[in-house]
Amino acid sequence: MTLLKRITSSKLFWPIAMLLALLVIDVIAFPGFFTIQIREGALYGSVIDILRNGSPTLMIAIGMTLVIATQGIDLSVGSVCAIAGAVAAAIILGSPNPDSVGTTIVAIGTAIAVSLVLGIWNGALVAVIGIQPIVATLILMTAGRGIAMLITKGQIITVSSDAFRYLGSGVIFGVPFAVVAAAVTVAFAGLLTRRTALGLFIESTGINARASRMAGIRARGLLILVYVFCALCSAVAGLILTSSQTAADANNTGLFIELDAILAVVIGGTSLMGGRYSLWGTVVGALVIQTLVTTVYTVGIPPIVTMVFKAAVVAAVCLLQSPKTAEYLNAWRRRRVLRTEVAAS
Amino acid sequence: MKKFVTGLAAAGAMLLALTGCSAGASGGDGGEKAPEDLIVGFAQVGAESGWRTANTKDVKRAFEEAGIELKFSDAQQKQENQIKAIRSYIQQGVDVIAFSPVVESGWDAVLQEAKDAGIPVILTDRAVDSEDDSLYETFLGSDFVEEGKKAGEWLVEEYADSDDPVKIIQLEGTTGAAPAIDRAEGFADVIKDDSKFEIVASQTGDFTRAGGKQVTEALLKSNSDVDVIYSHNDDMGLGAIEAIEEAGLTPGEDIKIITVDAVKDGMTALAEGKINFIVECNPLLGDQLVELVKKVAAGEDVEKRVVTEETTFTQEEAKEALPDRKY
Repeated sequence: MTLLKRITSSKLFWPIAMLLALLVIDVIAFPGFFTIQIREGALYGSVIDILRNGSPTLMIAIGMTLVIATQGIDLSVGSVCAIAGAVAAAIILGSPNPDSVGTTIVAIGTAIAVSLVLGIWNGALVAVIGIQPIVATLILMTAGRGIAMLITKGQIITVSSDAFRYLGSGVIFGVPFAVVAAAVTVAFAGLLTRRTALGLFIESTGINARASRMAGIRARGLLILVYVFCALCSAVAGLILTSSQTAADANNTGLFIELDAILAVVIGGTSLMGGRYSLWGTVVGALVIQTLVTTVYTVGIPPIVTMVFKAAVVAAVCLLQSPKTAEYLNAWRRRRVLRTEVAAS
Repeated sequence: MKKFVTGLAAAGAMLLALTGCSAGASGGDGGEKAPEDLIVGFAQVGAESGWRTANTKDVKRAFEEAGIELKFSDAQQKQENQIKAIRSYIQQGVDVIAFSPVVESGWDAVLQEAKDAGIPVILTDRAVDSEDDSLYETFLGSDFVEEGKKAGEWLVEEYADSDDPVKIIQLEGTTGAAPAIDRAEGFADVIKDDSKFEIVASQTGDFTRAGGKQVTEALLKSNSDVDVIYSHNDDMGLGAIEAIEEAGLTPGEDIKIITVDAVKDGMTALAEGKINFIVECNPLLGDQLVELVKKVAAGEDVEKRVVTEETTFTQEEAKEALPDRKY
C-alpha cells in the first residue's frame, strides 16, 4: 500500500482535509491568520480563538463520543451546561464575599456535584429503566432549561467575581484555561478508555449489549458511567461558557451545543450505531466546527448566507467520508490502474 | 376504509364547528366584557436578553395591576413555538392576542386563523412584514429605524471635527429580526452622507453576549484599527467589551462603542466609561399595552402604529439615571 493511499483511505482524511481547506481560505482572506502574539500575558491570535471557543464543544463532544459508542445519545448536554452555569452564578451572587477564591471553589464544586446527579439520572433512565437514550435524555434537555430558568429566575445574571472569571479568561503559561481543560479531558478519556480495557467494554456494549453481558461485562454500571462522564464534561463546559460571557444565561448557554457535539462526533467518523469510536476523530470534528464559525467571521460571509455555507461544508464532509463515496473512489482507482496496465501491455 | 374516512370527516367537521362556536362566542361578546373578565394571550419571544426579561416583567405587572387574566408563553426564540402558542390561544378562545414576532415574515397563515376566529391581535415591540395590515389591530413598539438614526447622529456629531476615515464594526441582531434590519438601515442612512464613515464588517451576534464576544474577537483580528463598534443591543456590546479587553485595548477609548437598549448592565458599563453612547429602547410598555387591549376588546378604533417613549444616554446622563433604573 502506498503512503498516499494509506493517507487517503484513513477515516480522518476527509475531516482533516476540510479543516486544512478552511484554514487556507482563512489565510487567503486574512494573511495574518496564523500570527500569534502575546497580549496581556496571554497568547493572542485567530488560531487561539478557535481553540478557546471550540473547547466547550470539544469537551462535550468527548463525553458524547463515549455515549454514542454505547449506541446511546445524550441530548441533555446543553441543558446541563445551563444548569451548571446557573448554579455557580447563583451561589457566587448569594455569597457575602463573591470575589473570594473559596466561594468560587464552592460554586464550581456544587455545580459539578449537581451535574453528577443529572448524569446518574440520565444513566439510570437508560440503563436501569431501559428507556431509549434519545427519549431518556430528551426529558432533561427540555426540563433542564426550565430548572436553569428557575435558578436564575428567568434573568440573565451577571457574575463579576474575578476568581470565577479565571475559568473563561484565565491563562496557564499563556494558554487559555479552557484549552488546557479540553486537553486534559481528551487525555483523561484517552488514558481511561484506551490504556485500560474500558474502551473495549464500551465498544462491545455498543455493538451487542446482550452478548457483552453474557461475556461478563457489567453493562449497567458502564452505561451509567458514560452518562455521568458526559454530564461532567458538559458541566465544566457550561462553567467555562458562563465565565467567559461573565453571565449565567439560562436560555442561551449551551443552546444547540448538543447538535454541534453530535456533529463533531459524526464528522470524526464515529458511527451513531455505536461500537468503534475515535477520540481523535472527535477532536478534529470539533475543530472543523469551530473553524467554520471563525471562517464565517474572518471571510466576512454575510449573515443571511451563513447557514447555507455551514450546511454546504458539513454536507461535503459527510458525503466525502461516507462508505459509498469510498467505494466509488476505490472502483475508480482500480479502473485507472487497470487501464494503465492494459495500455502498458 | 370508506367508513373510517367518513367518520374522520365527520369528526373533523364537528371539531371545526366546535372551535368556530367558541371563537365566535368570545369574538361576539368581546364588546361587552368588563376588563376583569378579559383573557389575554401573550406570546413572548423568549428571555434572550436583559431587555426582554424587563419587558416580560413589566407586561406581567401591568396586567396583574389591571386585573386582566394573562396567559403567557415563552417561545425560546423559535417561530414555530410562537405559532403553536398563538394557535393554542385561538383554540382556548382568548379575547385578545398580543405577541412580539421572533422574525418578520411567515405570519400570514396564523394571523388569518386568528382573524377568522374573531380574535384581535396586537403586535408588541416587533413588526411583521405582512402585506395585509388588517390581520392585526395595532403595532405597539419602538421605532427601530429611528433608534438606528439616533446612533448614527451621535457618531456624526462625535467625529464632526475630524476628517480621518472612521472604521466601524456592526454587531447585528438575529438575522431577519425587525430590530436588526431596521437598526442597520437607520444607522446606514445617517452615516452614508459622509464618506469618511465606513462599515468594514457586519456580522450577527444573535443579540447574545457570547455571540457579540466571539464575533468581535474574530473581527478585531481580521480588521486593523477599528474605531467604532455599533451593536444592535447592549448584551452584544457587553460581549464586545470582553473581547476588546482581551485584545489589550481599552473599550470606550481605543474603540468607541454605541449600543441600543439601555438595560441596567449596559447602563453600568456606560457609566463606567466602557460604552460611549446608548440609544434607549424602552421595554416598559406594559401599561400602554393594557390600555390598547382594553380599547381593542371594547371594539374601539386604535391607531395602527403606537410608538413607545424613548430617549438616549451619554456617559454623564447614565451616571445620573443609573440609581433609579428599574431594569
